[in-house]
Amino acid sequence: MTLAAQTPEARVADPIREVMELQMGPSHPASHGTIKFNLKLDGETIVDCDVEIGYLHRGFEKMCEQGTWTHVFPYTDRLNYASPLINNVGFALTAEKLAGIQAPERAQWIRMLTSEISRITDHLTCLGMAGMEVGAFTVGLYTNEAREYLYDLVETITGARLTVSYCRLGGVVNDLPAHFGEVLKDRFAKIRAVLADCDKLLTRNRIFVDRMSGIGRMSGETAISYGVTGPLLRATGVDYDVRRQSPYLFYDQVDFEVPLGTQGDNYDRFLVRFYEMEQSMRIAEQCLEKMPAGPVMISDSRFALPPKRDVYNSIEGLMNHFKIVMEGIRVPAGEVYQAVEGANGELGFYLVSDGSGRPYRVRVRPPCFFGMAALGDLLKGLMVADIITTFGMINMIGGECDR
Amino acid sequence: MGRLVEALRARFGAAITDAHDRLGDETIVVARESAPELFRFLRDDGEMACDFLTDLTAVDYLGKTPRFEVVCHLFSLSKRHRLRVKVPVPEDDCWAHSLTPLWKSANWLEREVFDMFGIRFEGHEDLRRILMYPEFEGHPLRKDYAYNRRQPLVPERDPVENPWPPRGLGAAR
Repeated sequence: MTLAAQTPEARVADPIREVMELQMGPSHPASHGTIKFNLKLDGETIVDCDVEIGYLHRGFEKMCEQGTWTHVFPYTDRLNYASPLINNVGFALTAEKLAGIQAPERAQWIRMLTSEISRITDHLTCLGMAGMEVGAFTVGLYTNEAREYLYDLVETITGARLTVSYCRLGGVVNDLPAHFGEVLKDRFAKIRAVLADCDKLLTRNRIFVDRMSGIGRMSGETAISYGVTGPLLRATGVDYDVRRQSPYLFYDQVDFEVPLGTQGDNYDRFLVRFYEMEQSMRIAEQCLEKMPAGPVMISDSRFALPPKRDVYNSIEGLMNHFKIVMEGIRVPAGEVYQAVEGANGELGFYLVSDGSGRPYRVRVRPPCFFGMAALGDLLKGLMVADIITTFGMINMIGGECDR
Repeated sequence: MGRLVEALRARFGAAITDAHDRLGDETIVVARESAPELFRFLRDDGEMACDFLTDLTAVDYLGKTPRFEVVCHLFSLSKRHRLRVKVPVPEDDCWAHSLTPLWKSANWLEREVFDMFGIRFEGHEDLRRILMYPEFEGHPLRKDYAYNRRQPLVPERDPVENPWPPRGLGAAR
């Protein structure tokens, strides 16, 4: 019975079957991210759920169209702020494809390495919070500790923990710091120890499994129809990973596995993310081994800022600097779509250039937007308490979903 | 020209008004009347098998006619190919066919395009704003919407008198 069909008299006459409306959010302490669930409840069972997003809409696409191509990078940091480096890489690859340039080999390996570090930080955030929300507070603190090791590492590379702005058209800002390899190995050893602890605390924990297993189940067909990608899709057993199916950078040259689930429930989503972290560490270690020495930025003066020495001492250097800063990099007119595997799934950029120094249209395909679109259907028939775990496993990142 | 474009040209002929495969992205432009049939073919045909509607957005080419272009990105998981389909939409007759009967992902994507560009989708059962609030005026991603335009604060909504979402909507899905 829909609420609209109920007259106030009918509600009084039959209080047992009354459908209660409940607005959960937009600032609910148990949901990380501003989101509102307009629920219709029969007791504690969810009859209908309308998910309302947009509370963190900052006009990402509009603002990207106002500045130069380089101005977009700081905005992309703020899309998925749990894994900013992947967004940087995604935009850089797309714009480079449109501009017809390619970053030097070392820069591409560095981009891969940093993407994988970001993927781990994203998964750690998601899993730690998932544990915390069902009462496993310890796990939340442990994963935060592990994440801190990586944020420190990111800070040594880029100078910032979250707002990294590390990529540019044609490369990355600076090379890896000295002794980076040793530090990385040391950090990964520590993270592996933390993950082993989390594994013991969660994976066969009776409370955790009871809360996650069989909840929010989605079939592979439904997921595909909703356009869901990433860990959510792989948890249903569908083998789709952009890094495998349409490889970019050098993902076809490294050895890694794509963990797949079978049930498509919250527990499988948890496991897929958990095992992906180990694979990401494997990829990062291989990147470090295979990375050649060399420049990290192309030398083409149409795209790369000249060295300061030239800017101050030669008229040509000064002009090139001025043109890039004031007019922006000129990208040939055209349109392009390029996808990378973000932490939550396929992160795609669709760019349109009119040949001037500013992007005409910047469209980002945010992976968690599609998971959120499916959430309303997933929740039907579940209990109110299941919203928290299911929403946690969708891993909605407000900055990315609402842009 | 790419394999997909050739196959679609052979089948749909004049309905495909333009095509290119620059930068490796196979792209077709299809007339609005033929779009539903084409999309159904793309999803159901064994050779096309585009099971993913990866993305649906629009571009405002202010000053050109037709002014808008609805841009869809399709992906086939089994065949591993991608295809971009563009549907021109004129400003004075601003609508396109909804893809919600074919892909569930079209629901929110079309709501966003409606919200941001003001393009209506015929056949969409629940077309309302998604990122902006209902009282918002205009469509922010249109090129004639100034990026620094500000709008007044809206009065507080009475959840009983003026509920959001409107009663009955949302349940229709």
